[in-house]
Amino acid sequence: MGKYALRYAVLGYLALLLVAPVAMVGYRTFQHGVSPVWDALSSHDAVQALKLSLLITVIAVPINVVFGISTGWLLARRRMPLPWLVNALINLPFAMSPVVVGLAVFVLYSRTGWIGTYLFSHGIPVLFTWKAMTIATIFVSLPFVVREVVPVLEELGSEQEQAAAVLGASTLQSFFRVTLPAIRWAVVYGTILTVARSLGEYGAVNIVSSNIVGQSLTLPLYVNNRINQLDPTAAYSAGLLLAVISLLILVGMTAFSSRRHVEADK
Amino acid sequence: MSIQVRDVSKSFGDFHALVDVTADIEPGHLTAVLGPSGGGKSTLLRIIAGLETADSGHVLIDGKDVTNVPARQRGIGFVFQHYAAFTHMTVWENVAFGLKIAKTSKPRIKERVAELLALVHLDGFASRYPAELSGGQRQRMALARALAVEPGLLLLDEPFGALDVKVRQELREWLRRLHDEVHTTTIFVTHDQEEAMEIADRIIVVNHGRIEQSGPPEDLYDRPANDFVMSFLGPVTTLGGQLVRPHDIHVSTRPTTGAHRATLERVVSLGFETRIVATPAGGGEPVTVQLTRNQVHELALEVGDTVYLNVPHVAAA
Repeated sequence: MGKYALRYAVLGYLALLLVAPVAMVGYRTFQHGVSPVWDALSSHDAVQALKLSLLITVIAVPINVVFGISTGWLLARRRMPLPWLVNALINLPFAMSPVVVGLAVFVLYSRTGWIGTYLFSHGIPVLFTWKAMTIATIFVSLPFVVREVVPVLEELGSEQEQAAAVLGASTLQSFFRVTLPAIRWAVVYGTILTVARSLGEYGAVNIVSSNIVGQSLTLPLYVNNRINQLDPTAAYSAGLLLAVISLLILVGMTAFSSRRHVEADK
Repeated sequence: MSIQVRDVSKSFGDFHALVDVTADIEPGHLTAVLGPSGGGKSTLLRIIAGLETADSGHVLIDGKDVTNVPARQRGIGFVFQHYAAFTHMTVWENVAFGLKIAKTSKPRIKERVAELLALVHLDGFASRYPAELSGGQRQRMALARALAVEPGLLLLDEPFGALDVKVRQELREWLRRLHDEVHTTTIFVTHDQEEAMEIADRIIVVNHGRIEQSGPPEDLYDRPANDFVMSFLGPVTTLGGQLVRPHDIHVSTRPTTGAHRATLERVVSLGFETRIVATPAGGGEPVTVQLTRNQVHELALEVGDTVYLNVPHVAAA
């Protein structure tokens, strides 16, 4: 009986804490039918928020994927100077509150900040534009690819790379033909997590955005704005859209991870 | 290709893997680098390959100093102990890898890969993945991959070390036959003296980062430079304070000049061979002697007998 009790306790806990709130959002969204939802989502402000979220994601993700793979390779192959320091730095976004990240970007790029002073004097404002929001997003979503790739690279070892080198391959050839295909599932997994975080980021982005409706809100900022403006239908609809995107990402991730296990067993 | 290693030293932290090593490898030979694990033999091979950089000293291939030439430009084939198969590629793609890098024409690649797969008896396995092969098959694939680019020098790092005894024996004989067909200068690292004795033309014995002795197997076996080489290359026992081979000891039931008196402790029959163990009269380490079944029969040896042991050529010297 004991083992069943534990199972039901865990399932009940998950239902209460995860499933119920999400289901509630779903229920509230469609409480008055589909057409108000459609109207809310196709409004200018909602479309703008979705577009801005996508723009930021499309820029932040490739940067973090390339950086993540490079850093991961250098760390795993022991070619990184001060590896303990680099490792700690990479974990920083995990440990730090996103609000603090936002604040850091704010301070650095404000009119009196180290970088901001220079940029403003050259007529390139960054703070309160999509650029600062992208920088903040890159910061918070930076560790995912590195953390996924390093253990896989370490387990893979460097023998295959050495074999490729002896067969005449340059470092780049060896990387693209041997290393990257061998770690591809880790890269996919890390990328998916990076996308999820980039789309969902709220705290850091909130601080560096000018927060103007229809202009500088991402989807999560828009949800918050609609709640404050007592426009629940729009808030629920946008919230549900975010939830659906996350759900798709999760489904994709599960599919990939089962694929990964199949390969590992071969 | 001929290889010259000149005063090569290599340390990993406090550990001296190689100390002023100088060696010559003649073209066309099958050379074994033999020694206990941690003795520096793999490091020597990896420095020749360019996978490791020497702290000091030089490596010459065909008279040219290649010390600073990267591995990919040395024109060598390398076989790793744990295969280093490209796991996401089929057998065919693995073998074709070096040819693709060398921008060989497609029809030529097809032809060459087919040739090599036939050579290593993997004809029917072209579309399999390495994970679907046995250890022996994987290592044959690795060998085909290394041979594909027609290297002037083939280096094998404990190539059969990860395989079970039966497969080892097969591959060993097969490597010797392959070498007799292809004649590529080949160096293989092993800690198995039997493997080295069986297939190598030359053996280089490496221990504690230094070369103890090198030469043809028979020379090393019959005229070992020191006790280490002697004990590493075959069974040894101590008689009268000297290290000798158990099969070199002559056993008699009557006293002979220069013989050591001993009491027979054990007679172990091993089929054709019989091993006897005798304790010297003056005490000391028990002596092991290897005899044939017939010899034991003729001498009518039984436990508790007094026997007289001597080594003919040691007595003569």
